[in-house]
Formats: sequence, structure tokens, C-alpha cells
Amino acid sequence: MIVGERKPFSEIMSMVEGFSKILIVGCGSCVTICMAGGEEEVKILGSQLRLAFQKNKKDIEVEEAMALRQCDDEYMNDPVLIDKVEKADIVISMACGVGVQYSTAFFNRIITKKPIKVVPGLNTTFMGANLDVGIWEERCVGCGDCVLEKTGGICPITRCAKSLLNGPCGGSSNGKCEISKDTDCAWHLIIERLEALGELDRIKPVEMYKDWRPSHSGGPRKIIREDMRI
Amino acid sequence: MKSGSNLERLLEKGEFVVTGELGPPKGTDVGVVREKASMLKDNVDAVNITDNQTAIVRMSSIAAARILIDEGLEPNMQMVARDRNRIAMMSDLFGANALGIRNMLCLSGDHQSFGNHPEAKNVFDIDSIQMIYMVKTMRDEHKVICGDEIEGDFKMFIGAACNPFADPFRYRVHRLAKKVEAGVDFIQTQCIYDMKRFKEFMKQVVDMGLHERCKILAGVTPLKSVGMARYMAANVSGIIIPEEMIERLKGAGKGNVASEGMKIVSEQIQELSEIEGIAGVHLMAIEWEHRVHEIVEMAGLLPRPKAE
Repeated sequence: MIVGERKPFSEIMSMVEGFSKILIVGCGSCVTICMAGGEEEVKILGSQLRLAFQKNKKDIEVEEAMALRQCDDEYMNDPVLIDKVEKADIVISMACGVGVQYSTAFFNRIITKKPIKVVPGLNTTFMGANLDVGIWEERCVGCGDCVLEKTGGICPITRCAKSLLNGPCGGSSNGKCEISKDTDCAWHLIIERLEALGELDRIKPVEMYKDWRPSHSGGPRKIIREDMRI
Repeated sequence: MKSGSNLERLLEKGEFVVTGELGPPKGTDVGVVREKASMLKDNVDAVNITDNQTAIVRMSSIAAARILIDEGLEPNMQMVARDRNRIAMMSDLFGANALGIRNMLCLSGDHQSFGNHPEAKNVFDIDSIQMIYMVKTMRDEHKVICGDEIEGDFKMFIGAACNPFADPFRYRVHRLAKKVEAGVDFIQTQCIYDMKRFKEFMKQVVDMGLHERCKILAGVTPLKSVGMARYMAANVSGIIIPEEMIERLKGAGKGNVASEGMKIVSEQIQELSEIEGIAGVHLMAIEWEHRVHEIVEMAGLLPRPKAE
């Protein structure tokens, strides 16, 4: 899933400075699961903002709403949501960066009488997994050309700090990466997994240069599935 | 001859070589390079010029290497994969070759989080092993990666690093084998303090015949103080310093630790020269260039041989 983290309150306050009708829109997908931008987090931010404005004796309206997915028309086209957006001066999207951009485009397409300003309530951090209660870790950078079959299901592009294809480097110590004792050396894990699978010989030949075109290096990416088009 | 460098010719002759190391200044002070060069001259056969080591901004290794040539020394230019993509690497290699640089060391590079610009975006387009293969292709096939012909000559003696003290230990020799497979000509190892583990590693190297396919120079760094030894053991990834070595330094007593450190390193050089498969030493006396002459002399390696 896409993992996000709520922005610091002070940063959110500075973004809404000067606006009097604020709408917070949560997202019911990835960021709900990682407990950063779902219904609960929308309520918490709403209460925090109301309290802060009360303390400063400012008459600011703070509204709350949800969209099941802020990256798809089907889940955004909700009259109640659109009505709330129309009445707001500023929208704080609690979705990932995709949701913030999609909401901006969607609301400005549907609502034509005034431009809608959408700002991010989260920092989108990575594509990762929930390892334990309260712990998420990055697992994929979306390089567009998956190598996991060769590396025992452990991604060196994502999990090696240097994205080495012929690791481990000389900084691997006791299974940890040179950048931090809290970071596993991906190549140490790969070697252990391949040994267990009896496939260590697979990483003995030199892995050649990676073609980075399918990654973001090739420019913003787009998929058109002709078989799905109507 | 692959590049005809002094280093290559001495190794081909079977001489026990000595390479040194020089860190360029954190700025434009050419005087620093010249001063360090004068201390290394005639004491070593080639000098590694580090490439923004520990990710701290310094004068470019290409420029400093050229200054070294002007001073009558032979550089071994380091290049890290952290700061350049393949386009910049090949372009810089053309430039380096045009300036007379004939030895290089292909490295991944320390992560930028160690340096003075941890906010920087890293590159790591290709890794150190792919870099070896790239330079070999440029030299032997006279082509850049895409297959386009190189205009003019391209000669380079290709080096790489090897750390027998990193983990997992059992895989280390295979990583060296990959560098050999990619086309490396010579290897300089990480600083050796744990002789037992190094000998175990070299046995694996010899068993696989890797020492016959590349020249291996054993890395040594003199310990200047007990504090330095403790700091390195605790903080530098992949460095193992046995406790008895630290005790020996301590035992030397006040005022004698540095000379004891020099004695230890010259003994290490002696011991390393007797290990099968070792073709020389790489002496990394960082900010201790003025002691290099004495260390090499103590190790009985002066005067340095001539290639002709």
C-alpha cells in the first residue's frame, strides 16, 4: 500500500492561514489502513484545528468529509462531498500525493464557479508493508522492471541504500547497512534467502546495467490498456 | 599493456608494489596537493586520489590527479557511483584519459548520509562492478556502453576495492570473483588489522585462482593513537581491529604510541608480503603523508623499483 504520514500541525496551520472555511477530506484506502489519513485522522485534525482557532479567538469553520478513494472519479462523484467542497475556501486532502492531485483536478472539473484550492495534509512516504503494530517499511520504488524473481523476493533497488544490483557493498556489517544499524542489509538478506532456496549460484554472474527507462527516469509514466478501453 | 602505467608495468614485472593515498583539499588549494605529493614522491609507485571520500565535497579527483602528474607522480584516480550517472562517468573518463590518467579505482562510494551534504540526491545509476565492465568495454572494445565507437585512444588500468571484513564473510570471495569476471586488473583491499581473517580470505582467493587473474594489493592504515583505533573499530563499517593490537598500542606508553603504530604497520607489511597471492600493499596514511617515507623504509621497501 501507499504509506503516508500526517504533516506537522504547524505546517498545516501555515497552509490554511487566512482562510475561514476549511474542509478536511479523508481517503478510505491506503492511508486509512496506515492510519494517517482516514476518518479517524480527519476527526483528530478537525478537533486540533477547531481548538487552535478557539484559542486564537478566530471564527473559522472546519468541516469534515470522506471519499472512499481520492484517485478515482467513481468514488469522488458524491453530491454531499461536492456540496461541502463548494462551500469551502480551502480543502485539506488527507490522501496520498496521488489523491491530492486527483482531487485538485476533479473538483476543478466539476465545480466551475470558482477555483478550488486543495493542499496536502500528509507527506506521502513510500510503497510499503505493515510489519507490526505501528511499523511500516518501504518495499517497492516502482522501478517498472521487477527483479524479485532473481533476488529471492527481496528488492535490492528499494532496500539497498545504493540500489546495487551486484551487492553487498563493503559497508555490510552483521547483517546491517552502513547507513544505520536499524536498516537491514538487503544483500545480506538476499544471500541468506538464496542459500536457503539452493539458488546462490544465480547471483554469481555479473548483473548488467539496469535500463531505467521503465522507472521515473524515463519521465512521468502512463499505461494505456487497449483491451480495457471502450 | 593495458594502459602502460607505472603501476601496471611494475606488477607485470612481478615487483612488490606500494601505492599511497591522497585526499584532495576541501577547496582550491593546489598547494595542499603539491605538499602531500612531495611527501609521497619516490616512496610509492602510484597514488590513489580519493573521489569526495565519505561524501565530503573536495577538489575533483580528476583535477587533483592531473596536478599529481605535473608533480611527477602517478595517480590512481578513484571514481564513485554515488555522484555520476553513466553519461557523466564516461565523459569524465574521456577527460581523465586525455589528461594522462592511466589508473583508476571503481567504487560504489560511501552513502551521502555520512558526508557534509546529507540532503543530496544520490545517483547509483550503475554499480562498481558494472563500472569495471564499462571501463573494460571502453578500453578493449573501444566502445561506450551503447556501442558507439570512441574517437581516439582509451587506455586504463582498472582497479577496484575489496573488503574481506564486511559481511557475509562467506560471500566476500564470490564478490571478488564477480569483479574479476567483470574485468578488473587490480584490487586494493580495505585496511587489514585482523590478519587471521585476511589469511582465511586469501586462502579462498588462491583456491579459486583469482590471484592469477588480477593483482591484489593488501590495504594497510597505520594507527596513530589508541583513540583512533577505538573510533575506527566502533564506527567504520567493515573494519575489525583485534583487541590485542589496541593493547599493544596502549602498552607503548605516552609519547610512543605513534611510533608503535608505525612499527605495527611495517610488521604487517612484512607479514602480508609473505601471503600467497599478494602483489603489493596499499598504504592509506591519511593526513600522515609525512610518515610514509619512514614506514616504507621500515618495511624494507625502499628504494622503489623503476619500471624500465
